[in-house]
Amino acid sequence: MNIHEKIDIEMILEDLEHYRPKRKGWVWRTALPQTLGPFKYKDTSATLSNFQPLPAAHSFKNIDPQPKAVITTEIASGRFEDDIRRMRMAAWHGADHMMVIRTAGQSHFDGLIEGTPQGVGGIPITRKQLRAQRKALDLIEEEVGRPINYHSYVSGVAGPEIAAMFVEEGVNGAHQDPQYNVLYRNINMVRSFVDAASSKAMMAYGELAQIDGAHNANATAVEAWKVTPELLVQHAINSYFSLQCGIKKENICLSSVPPTAPPAPCMRLDLPYALALRDLFKDYKIRAQMNTKYMESSTREATVTHTLNLLLSVLTSADIQSTITPDEGRNVPWHIYNIEAVDTAKQVFSGLDGIKEYVQINRNHPKLNEEIRELKIRAICMLEEMLEVGGYFESVAQGFFVDSGFYPQRNGDGIARPVDGGIAANTIVSKNKRYFAPVEAVFGYNNVEQYNVSSSNPSTAIGGSTFTHPDWIQYIDELDESDNVYQRLNDTKPYRNTNTIRPEMEWLGDGVVLLTMMIPAKEDIAIAGALSVAKHMNLQEAEVISTEIMQLAEGTRVELKGKIEFDIDMTTLKIPPKKEVLSDEFLKDYLARYPMKIVAGTVGEDEHSVGLREIIDIKHGGIEKYGIDCLYLGTSVPLEKCVDAAIESDAQAILISTIISHDDIHYKNMKKLHDICVEKGVRDRFLLIAGGTQVSPEVAVVQGIDAGFGRKTKGNHVATFLVKYRKDVPYEG
Amino acid sequence: MKRNDDIITRGAHLQHLDDQQLNERFWELTKQLVDPLLKLASTSTSPSIERSVAMRMGASSIEATRLVFLAQQQMILEYGIGHFLYFIAKATKQSLREVIVAAQDELYFVEQCKRFKEAMQ
Repeated sequence: MNIHEKIDIEMILEDLEHYRPKRKGWVWRTALPQTLGPFKYKDTSATLSNFQPLPAAHSFKNIDPQPKAVITTEIASGRFEDDIRRMRMAAWHGADHMMVIRTAGQSHFDGLIEGTPQGVGGIPITRKQLRAQRKALDLIEEEVGRPINYHSYVSGVAGPEIAAMFVEEGVNGAHQDPQYNVLYRNINMVRSFVDAASSKAMMAYGELAQIDGAHNANATAVEAWKVTPELLVQHAINSYFSLQCGIKKENICLSSVPPTAPPAPCMRLDLPYALALRDLFKDYKIRAQMNTKYMESSTREATVTHTLNLLLSVLTSADIQSTITPDEGRNVPWHIYNIEAVDTAKQVFSGLDGIKEYVQINRNHPKLNEEIRELKIRAICMLEEMLEVGGYFESVAQGFFVDSGFYPQRNGDGIARPVDGGIAANTIVSKNKRYFAPVEAVFGYNNVEQYNVSSSNPSTAIGGSTFTHPDWIQYIDELDESDNVYQRLNDTKPYRNTNTIRPEMEWLGDGVVLLTMMIPAKEDIAIAGALSVAKHMNLQEAEVISTEIMQLAEGTRVELKGKIEFDIDMTTLKIPPKKEVLSDEFLKDYLARYPMKIVAGTVGEDEHSVGLREIIDIKHGGIEKYGIDCLYLGTSVPLEKCVDAAIESDAQAILISTIISHDDIHYKNMKKLHDICVEKGVRDRFLLIAGGTQVSPEVAVVQGIDAGFGRKTKGNHVATFLVKYRKDVPYEG
Repeated sequence: MKRNDDIITRGAHLQHLDDQQLNERFWELTKQLVDPLLKLASTSTSPSIERSVAMRMGASSIEATRLVFLAQQQMILEYGIGHFLYFIAKATKQSLREVIVAAQDELYFVEQCKRFKEAMQ
């Protein structure tokens, strides 16, 4: 793939019938302490060959340290073809675990879905969609230089069929936990456990990483921090069950969420639980999920909660760090918020790299230790009571799980399911003593002896299976003529490989935009006011998706989404030319022949000095290194002083730094500088240059100065301008 | 059921255990709870498990659904759908794929089922 070109979805869809996955099984990151830019990192893994670093990285030689933990992003737009594009963006930002959410209702679908129908809140997982996404990820992982794990769900009433398909198609990880079926999908518990064993045996064969479903209790319970004893029990049931089905401990991942969120004192509440869990399950892997239970529509609030969750991951451990998009409290996640969530994780891990050498949890603290023990004792008591009442099935029937009481306290509001009830009840068949299945990865009884077949590989009876002979797989392309990817691609054709663009949040050409505004009125008026703004802007389907009160009467922050229904023709856009840069060698040589002097200072009542020093100082790659003689006047320098200094020192240019921009003071200062030079009759002698983070080059020149430089300006940009436009020596290119 | 928090009395018998012993007790009880579920799974099968077996033997998802539906009707799921396909392929000297395709037809399925059931008795 060319990094400057969009991924070719049509090409991805070609010849999927013959697509074969490049590899099978899960890939963990390998720890690699290293030096990046000026820093030594202790907790990193290998860097990527193509990446999009954090915004501040441009101040640090564009380094992009990658943490040790696998980073998950959950992608679920309903259109797998658009999700592929999002996966590429997420991979560039550092995600290597693409978790594909299934469409609503797939759990209850008794069999496999085929083709590429559109989903709701996720995609229908089908063979064709798996192949298309895995094929795309093959290209993407080559582009970023790191294996990418592809993941979905082995649950519902068709679990074993999905598990078989996942092994065939090289899916690398999956959620599998029969308790999820039972508690949250009301699928019969006997069927769920029988199916789970079979599914897990196949996942073990395919070396998929498995994630359990315990985190759902956090999201469901009324007071999430009270289900912690039960969570330990749920994790244990699935982990031990999985181990006995053949999955290695290194591929059994506990899905753990810090149960609480601010304003609760969440770190103090969540820490004992996190430690108890890691104590009891020390040989298993931890998939650290972020809190969703207390998410409102504020993306800022969600991001801070998630940052605290990440701090807990760093202080304890996380093998997989999942990320929750900060917009999950308002809509199905948008592209930009997947990227924000991945960046939040990357940013926190970078910022906390190596911190455990200095900061450690005091495990000897008597209260902490006591709380950890207490949680374990509560969980053990729950296990004891479950055995007393007759085992797992009877406990579920009695509503032991997701009760809002802190076990052994019971509030009688748990999820109770009858043993012989739920979807697919009474569908289990006892195996006859002559039961035989001539395939690999069969769980439990399999009478291979009757045909003298190898018990280690029963598929030798039929010369293999689809697991070893992918050509045996019967590929189905499409079943529905009106609901498939080709129909959708036809609808979005105007936006693919053309000069036409529309803004996009979720699907190509969706036209969705987000507006943020502060309306100086109470909340209900602000909402109606924002909708009126949208109407005047001709936004369609406008909807307020978040409000936050600034003060009851003074104002409300409103965020609003809407759709535009016009297209942008890229060929009509005026794109300012890129900043020209002369080579270091040329600049040094030229300035040696024609020496140059400048004066510089931060002007007005402004004490910022970092930006200007970066532009002039030799150690930051500033213009001094090309031999320009720089007279630095300091901060809060009056404009007159700049001009006088330039006259006295016979400089060729005046560089002013203007960071503060309230009331356009930065532009006013530029105009004033120009005016002073005109008054003193020296305007023709000097190049006047202004810089700062809020400076627009176009607006700067309107003030009468010669050039403005905004964000991301380097010394060579300024030096190039000085050389080309100095007034005393005409430039000879 | 509603109950107040009685952990002090309920957990009294565990208080003397050290951390290691608590962990061991936790896992011992888990084993006692889960082993019967594993035993049940070992000796049982389901329509989805059987469809996954048929798929692994080369049936499409649609073919597998049809085969397991017919096998349920004929009450032969307890032997395994894979067993049936394997047996008929051997008995009729056809390839597995040929049997999968032929057995989509109910008449063919029922006819071969008689032969299979006799052998299983």
